[in-house]
Amino acid sequence: MRGRTGPLLLLNASGCLDALTAPEVAATLDGFVTKTVTPLPRDGNAPVRIAETDVGMLNSIGLANPGIDRFVTTHLPQLAKLELPIWVSVGGFAADEYAELCSRLDDHAEVAAIELNVSCPNVASPAESVAQIVASACLATRKPVWAKLSPAVPDVADVARAAQEAGADGLSLVNTMRGLKLDDRTLRSALEPGAGGLSGPALRPIALAAVHACFLATGLPIVGMGGVQCGRDALDLIAAGARHVALGTVLFADPQAPMRIRAQLAGELAARGYADVDDAYAVTHRESLSTTTTK
Amino acid sequence: MRRERRHVVATEKLGPYTMLHVDRGGLDPGVPGQFFMLEAPGRLLPRPMSLCLAPRGELAFLIDPIGPGTRALCRLERGDALTILGPLGNGFRLDVERPLLVGGGIGVAPLPYLAEALEHPRVVLGFRSDWHAQAAALLPRAEVCVEPRLVTELIEPGYDVLACGPEPMLEAVRGQAPAAQLAWEAPMACGFGACYGCAIEIEGVLKRLCVEGPVLCFS
Repeated sequence: MRGRTGPLLLLNASGCLDALTAPEVAATLDGFVTKTVTPLPRDGNAPVRIAETDVGMLNSIGLANPGIDRFVTTHLPQLAKLELPIWVSVGGFAADEYAELCSRLDDHAEVAAIELNVSCPNVASPAESVAQIVASACLATRKPVWAKLSPAVPDVADVARAAQEAGADGLSLVNTMRGLKLDDRTLRSALEPGAGGLSGPALRPIALAAVHACFLATGLPIVGMGGVQCGRDALDLIAAGARHVALGTVLFADPQAPMRIRAQLAGELAARGYADVDDAYAVTHRESLSTTTTK
Repeated sequence: MRRERRHVVATEKLGPYTMLHVDRGGLDPGVPGQFFMLEAPGRLLPRPMSLCLAPRGELAFLIDPIGPGTRALCRLERGDALTILGPLGNGFRLDVERPLLVGGGIGVAPLPYLAEALEHPRVVLGFRSDWHAQAAALLPRAEVCVEPRLVTELIEPGYDVLACGPEPMLEAVRGQAPAAQLAWEAPMACGFGACYGCAIEIEGVLKRLCVEGPVLCFS
């Protein structure tokens, strides 16, 4: 059923966990989001693919993945054994590719949701608008469709509104933003492809602003992500309007982060007198919303 | 995959390098050539380090301070705490008849532990300067050369080569000994297959070093 949100889900951000090489980490999440699957297999970008900055991390993996055929025949059956809701992230270079990917996943009961990666900073963008892609995808599947948006646009709330009107069931906010690091010695790009996607703490206030704006603009359920390191960061996203929270870069440094952040979040909620996550959900907006309704 | 908060018990300078001794706790030292992710104080990401030595109750890592993370690790002092994950990846196969260990620069790091496991085979080491070559003290019986002489000049045919060093050295070793076991290096964010950052291209094929390596053999 579209539009059902349910309790808080703690997920991984797409591309930040391989549930088959680290099933014990996946087991501590409420659902596993796959690395983006494309119509054809992709090796990804040439190394060097990652670099640390003072406040984040750059990656240019370039959507390395086995392609939809091998994903469906080989990976999905293995992922199903984990007995976790599987969110499949899909990416293409045209709206009809997204539609094809969604239709290939439609009959697989183990797929809980589909996330449309319309915002990878490391590959060419599809020519069509987010709205066209979302509309094509929604026609091709009965699964809930979540649009993963980039904050690197003039107004992410406009894009969110367009995604909602096209039929999106939810929003994943945010993807990485393009950044560059130069090698100390050579002053050439530290990453082989040049720029990469910036993640980690540097992205946190940007993600928070996007969640805040898109919640106000759409009221859609949101998976908030971007630089979450601790329970307080998760609480911020929830307060700003995230129904669910995903962990990205923090998983690289701390595979035990899901349990730690869950415990910290419980402590943060209790310390502030919130009965549960629902009590704190979108609390940032409550006064302004009630002001609006009384006017 | 075990992750523990451990403490530095000693540090030791060897030329430009620092040997960091930590208490072992419940961590398994693993197979020579496997690695651990060491929390780099003040940095976002941990750093991958192969185990250099496994004294009783300790793990010892040889670290080259080449960037902000490795410099932070080299500044650690006795009593400081750091989180360690491992052992990770695939180490060297030890079922070899006539082993020859080949190390270049900081590539000497996994060889002392490997030499112990293979009951002190022949070792050849190459360094860029006499200062760097102080690390050869870790392998007292090793034959050592300093640039412009290259360590590959010391490799004779008929050995099972196990090597660690910079990529050009590994490529040269592979040219001389196609069946060599080679320990590669790449920037790594996680060490357990999550980030896809440590892919290296060998003969046109991308390999995720943390789960397929870091020790690879091509024949």
